Amino acid sequence: MDWEIVIGLETHAQLSTVSKIFSGASTAFGAEANTQACGVDIALPGVLPVINRGAVERAIRFGLAVNGKRGDNICRRSVFARKNYFYPDLPKGYQISQFEFPIVTGGSVTIIANKAEKTIRLTRAHLEEDAGKSLHEDFQGLTGIDLNRAGTPLLEIVSEPDMRSAEEAVAYAKTLHALLRWIGICDGNMQEGSFRCDANVSVRRPGGELGTRREIKNLNSFRFLQQAIEYEAQWQIDTLEAGGKIRQATVLFDPDAGVTREMRSKEDAHDYRYFPDPDLLPIEVGEGWIAQVLAGMGELPVERKLRFQREMSFSAYDAEVLTADWETGNYFEGVLQASLQGGEKPGQGDFKLCANWVINEVLAKRNADNLPPGKFAVSEETLGYLLRLVRSGDISARTAKDVFSEFWEESRARAFSDQGGSPENVDKLIVTRGLKQVSDSGAIEAIIDQVLVANAKSVEEFRSGKEKAFNALVGQAMKATKGKGNPAAINEILRRKLTS
Amino acid sequence: MHNANISELRAALASRKISSVELTRMFLDRIGAANGSLNAFITVDAGKSLSQAKAADARIARGEAGRLTGIPIAHKDIFCARDWLTTCGSRMLANFVSPYDAHVIGRFNDAGCVILGKTNMDEFAMGSSNETSYFGSVRNPWDLECVPGGSSGGSAAAVAARLAPAATGTDTGGSIRQPAALTGITGIKPTYGRVSRYGMIAFASSLDQGGIMTRSAEDAALLLAEMVGHDARDSTCVDMPAEDYTLRLREPWTKGGSGARPLEGLRIGLPREHFGEGLSGDVHAAVRAALVEMEKLGATLVDIDLKNSALSVPAYYVIAPAEASSNLSRFDGVRYGYRAPEYTDLSDMYCKTRAQGFGAEVKRRILIGAYVLSHGYYDAYYLQAQRIRRLVARDFETAFESCDLIAGPTSPTVAFKLGAKAADPVQMYLNDIYTIPANLAGLPGMSIPCGFGQGGLPVGLHLVGNYYKEGDMLSAAHHFQTATDWHLKAPVQ
Repeated sequence: MDWEIVIGLETHAQLSTVSKIFSGASTAFGAEANTQACGVDIALPGVLPVINRGAVERAIRFGLAVNGKRGDNICRRSVFARKNYFYPDLPKGYQISQFEFPIVTGGSVTIIANKAEKTIRLTRAHLEEDAGKSLHEDFQGLTGIDLNRAGTPLLEIVSEPDMRSAEEAVAYAKTLHALLRWIGICDGNMQEGSFRCDANVSVRRPGGELGTRREIKNLNSFRFLQQAIEYEAQWQIDTLEAGGKIRQATVLFDPDAGVTREMRSKEDAHDYRYFPDPDLLPIEVGEGWIAQVLAGMGELPVERKLRFQREMSFSAYDAEVLTADWETGNYFEGVLQASLQGGEKPGQGDFKLCANWVINEVLAKRNADNLPPGKFAVSEETLGYLLRLVRSGDISARTAKDVFSEFWEESRARAFSDQGGSPENVDKLIVTRGLKQVSDSGAIEAIIDQVLVANAKSVEEFRSGKEKAFNALVGQAMKATKGKGNPAAINEILRRKLTS
Repeated sequence: MHNANISELRAALASRKISSVELTRMFLDRIGAANGSLNAFITVDAGKSLSQAKAADARIARGEAGRLTGIPIAHKDIFCARDWLTTCGSRMLANFVSPYDAHVIGRFNDAGCVILGKTNMDEFAMGSSNETSYFGSVRNPWDLECVPGGSSGGSAAAVAARLAPAATGTDTGGSIRQPAALTGITGIKPTYGRVSRYGMIAFASSLDQGGIMTRSAEDAALLLAEMVGHDARDSTCVDMPAEDYTLRLREPWTKGGSGARPLEGLRIGLPREHFGEGLSGDVHAAVRAALVEMEKLGATLVDIDLKNSALSVPAYYVIAPAEASSNLSRFDGVRYGYRAPEYTDLSDMYCKTRAQGFGAEVKRRILIGAYVLSHGYYDAYYLQAQRIRRLVARDFETAFESCDLIAGPTSPTVAFKLGAKAADPVQMYLNDIYTIPANLAGLPGMSIPCGFGQGGLPVGLHLVGNYYKEGDMLSAAHHFQTATDWHLKAPVQ
């Protein structure tokens, strides 16, 4: 019998503010333990929290981004509450979060999974502070506490249980990750914990009642997210098929063993005793503030994707790939601009040329080298310049690819510390290596005449109907030009001579 | 000199009749002589005080003195003061030396005031008799067998016994006004949000408010002016400029009014609920006499209703413990303060630390607070208490339509004997029945001495003003004190 997997994600995104959500301490990652924790962060007696306006602004930006910039999902009044529990890395004995009245309710994110578009609804997004870190190693039976991370602003984004497979969950997480980076509210650095997911997983018979869910905590890579959900769903199915029952629980994923393990059951769940934090006033977001945030926002991924489809006649797939992250779209548009002569208007062929190059060359190389989005080993000006020369026929596409690869290698040799090549280097190489393409029809005609004489057999075959022989002749002509002949010109002249 | 008011001390400092060092030393000597019996101070540090006094003298010599430069004052041990032990009356913080200054401490330090010491208090400000302090009970200078009230009992005793010209206090349910009444001094709690709570160790955040305890309304006006005003570090601190309450202190209530009847035009509301059952006869008589005096000064007395007054105490004992249970969670033995010497694991460390570090009253309130916030009880207790809180505020709003100030007894009885109510928390809680409503509503309130009751112990007159009307209260109190001498009576010579 069939089983349906039902998944909802809770994502903690660290907001990219310079200082913490309720104190002036720095949020920079990697400092020596407890050097970025002020009195508020270590919860000295008598200290008080003060909300960081930048964190609220980022939450508003998120709200706008997930409902087509309408903003009616941004709560005009939201309330901070205290979530009470004891843990050594939670200095106040409570976490300041939002409970009954979050800053964002509703919205959605559109994903592509299995080549189909799907809308994942969002339940809410709320602001909260992160806890510190417990360090269990290095202290011989003791636990060290690092409070640098305590008070780091988080936006917890809760989805509806709209995903039906690990693939969809990963697609959602990736889309959300790209969106947060795109709108500039989260650096998305998963190694540093800037983006982590909890997955609520249950299984049911298709169309049946929702099953009992278990929550997998703290998944900080897309791969773990996929593995953990796959394992968990299969475990639940096996349990049920063996006649067992699922009991609500929180589980942890052990990436080494590839299994999920129960951390605590619902019975020993905390009573967090939420109540409104009397130290903080409710956040009131006026229309003016929303309008101001909106004015500072650029194009959203979906807006850019639709523009590419509309203005450049791209397929949904190409448009999706080119807008997968903010930097790729910018890079593509930069390459396109640089490939044009001053004042020139691009046409469909130009869009296609640049798109093909970015997708097939640049992104392929970026992925192969495992570079983060936004890291391009060759600048958009350099690639654009190469493509301008291809368009004008000054160099062949083949030559451009070789030069591009060489520049990429150059950057890699320097561990991608800076970009390889430059438009000046392109010009230099053309001169020093004689890469300029022969497009002059007189010169090509002369070469072709020689080729026809030297390859009488192929000429004969072509004339008797063997189309293949034409390619052989083109190859010979290219060889005779030492690869510098303009293929379009060779084709045209050769066909004219053979058929006249 | 120890009986001089702050204006007189200022004049003496300005004319070089006395130096701040001399003045400070005089009060330190008085503390040294009396603290053994009163236990009003937890920490005295002559070295620190005198070095501040020296700096104040230098500032006076440079001609850069402000109006409080060189004046020594004591601070309730709930205010964090840099490099000073700040215990909050608890074993939990018995070893805590604050690395920073509370807003209030910073303001007084900047003004050039000298910290005379840190005064004793009920543990975490939970108490009405100063018997819950880890550092022992404070005694009432009028009768050493009696309590001074609480929780700012150390500050009250210090001011009453002339060990300090003034002392800071905090008031969550009456903790400035009730001890002021029981020790015969003047104490004012301003409007919630008027004085920054930054650095004031939290008991119940939505009720806590810092204020000042002095020997007269005039001194209170001078010192409170230094404390109020916006502080961005406290989100609940109202964004209003400071007000100099001394400017209109002497003005008659109505512009152009006569000097003989300065309170002409002032309508004083008397809440029926505060003159009924539970109010002892001696206190009633003294308060009535004071109200007659107010009438003589031109005020009109009107009866008002605070219908939900009786619900204030139960509502308060839901809200305050709820907030306290959360506020006191940070005292967990992990980062500072007390940690149990022996424990087996993390949970055991928490349990033992908190079991040993907190006293019985604090534990009682943490338990009540955790209970009323717990799943399934939140609506019935916490939300219900918040509804009552709104009703209480509305009662005041209605009352202030027919009066300008509200007056009544501060406390139902004069100071009681040590131990008399310690075993019965409800009796103890009822001490604050007249003061709690102002905290729930966030209104300013003050207590001024108005006579003596049983055993020759002082009685306090309670005044409540409308929001931000501290100036009105202080002015009315000053006119009363100009016409009477209750505030000049002292338990010592």
